[in-house]
Amino acid sequence: MSGIVVIGAGQAAGQAAASLRQEGYEGEVTLLGDEAQAPYQRPPLSKAYLSGDIGMDRVLVRPENFYPDKNINLKTNTRVASIDRDNKSVTTESGETYEYEKLLIATGSSPRILNIPGSDLEGIHYLRTIDDVDGIRGAFEKAGKICIVGGGYIGLEVAAVAKKAGLDVTVVEAMDRILQRVTTPEMSDFYHNLHTGRGVNIMVNTGVDGFEGDGEVSAVLCGDTKVEADLVIVGIGIIPNVALAEAAGLECDNGIVVNDHCQTSDPDIYAAGDCTNHPNPIMDRRLRLESVPNAMGQARTACSNMLGGDKVYAEVPWFWSDQYELKLQMVGFSADGDSSVVRGDKDANQFAVFYLKEGKVVAVDAVNSPKEFMVCKQLYGKPADAAALADPETELKSLLG
Amino acid sequence: MPTVKFIEFNGTEHNVEANNGESIMVAATSNLIPGIDADCGGECSCATCHVLIDAEWRAKLEPSTDTEESMLDLNPDRTEDSRLSCQIIVSDAIEGIKINLPEFQY
Ligand SMILES: Cc1cc2nc3c(=O)[nH]c(=O)nc-3n(C[C@H](O)[C@H](O)[C@H](O)COP(=O)(O)OP(=O)(O)OC[C@H]3O[C@@H](n4cnc5c(N)ncnc54)[C@H](O)[C@@H]3O)c2cc1C
Ligand code: FES
Repeated sequence: MSGIVVIGAGQAAGQAAASLRQEGYEGEVTLLGDEAQAPYQRPPLSKAYLSGDIGMDRVLVRPENFYPDKNINLKTNTRVASIDRDNKSVTTESGETYEYEKLLIATGSSPRILNIPGSDLEGIHYLRTIDDVDGIRGAFEKAGKICIVGGGYIGLEVAAVAKKAGLDVTVVEAMDRILQRVTTPEMSDFYHNLHTGRGVNIMVNTGVDGFEGDGEVSAVLCGDTKVEADLVIVGIGIIPNVALAEAAGLECDNGIVVNDHCQTSDPDIYAAGDCTNHPNPIMDRRLRLESVPNAMGQARTACSNMLGGDKVYAEVPWFWSDQYELKLQMVGFSADGDSSVVRGDKDANQFAVFYLKEGKVVAVDAVNSPKEFMVCKQLYGKPADAAALADPETELKSLLG
Repeated sequence: MPTVKFIEFNGTEHNVEANNGESIMVAATSNLIPGIDADCGGECSCATCHVLIDAEWRAKLEPSTDTEESMLDLNPDRTEDSRLSCQIIVSDAIEGIKINLPEFQY
């Protein structure tokens, strides 16, 4: 018996190891990950771990001793170089070969890299791994001015932490508003005002042409404007890690294509997490998501099916982001709505925007409003009265019917 | 290392040696206790670590925060015993605590 091999040792892989044992699987489980650490969670990397509020112990998916205790063969610092589907094996860069009965690809995604003049200067960082953050944390202490390239959630979370740490913060965004790719103009506006109110300088419609510096970065060049910075964080999106799957001839299209069972075009190979392009039966479309709930949910589904189950992955996407003392929780995609309604008080930083399509709830953006978030998880796809949603006197429970 | 007793919805019991300072949620997931999803990893953002603790044990715990209460409020299985297990820290003061697991997480 050659057991189950997992490529990658991140969020989805860590959950897979636990799920396989939880489902009672007693065969060999091998995790092959190219990072030095046991599987850990990335969300704190731009939040409480970056600020130093929590340490490594709170970031791990499972404590380190979990793997030996549960007889899971965790190989860190081990990068897989190829998959041989005919012989059902994978080979690592150092030349070791592991045979599999079933293979799970959980390779995640990598930051999109800026390739412009000066991008190899010291002081320019990306934020994906714990090693990246440890580098950034060190630089935080010395830096005075930080420039964040890209106004997405990760960039804005870093802006909030940097501001609290007393740095001079500029966010440079190429689009006409921050969070353009992921939220509505209304929410972009809210977050724009939040950050500028805390003293962050935000420049929209601003492309970056290059970096200036003598060995170390000293400025970000944006057309005629020069933003002085001794620390730069680039957060301009991610690319799914599909190279191994592609080279092995698995179907890929903006991610590794899987069916609703998390199975790839090879029935013995499954995939989970950021690297997949998967169907969502509830939303009736294919998605490629970058979120922890998705990585965990797909890992659970894939494991159950690798062990002979018949489980369909069907969950409404949700996500969260912490900036300053504001907790944003989102369900669904706001772009799906044809109308929206606000409940709560924007000025008090406590409100939720519900999005409806043809009278049915399709999304919520809830700021410091956990109840509204929880109600949307249950109301998703169901009709709701917009006036009742907006009225703070309406008990949310009454809407659940 | 206080003992925590998890009782599944179907009555199956698990005694776990937990570490002081970790959350009940971590004690559960580290020991493969079924019925706790903990999708957000303990950030009080998901409510998929819902557990039920009877009054006697509840009295020994730090009270829940407003955020925790709001997250629990709309849970269909909520009772007065409801807590989020990621918000409860293990200590010697709760040696032997009994944690009942709900049938589903939402
Ligand atoms: C800074 C930051 C903040 C985030 N905040 C949130 C948040 O608030 N909420 C949320 O829901 N999501 C958040 N995310 C997204 C979330 O972390 C990811 O969606 C999640 O980690 C995906 O899990 P995964 O297992 O697919 O990939 P990963 O966790 O990235 O794991 C993949 C692993 O595979 C390894 N690997 C790749 N190729 C190979 C190979 N050939 N051989 C061996 N190993 C390989 C990678 O190095 C990596 O360790 C955040 C991400 C980042 C970077
Ligand atoms: S683990 Fe998410 S709220 Fe407890």
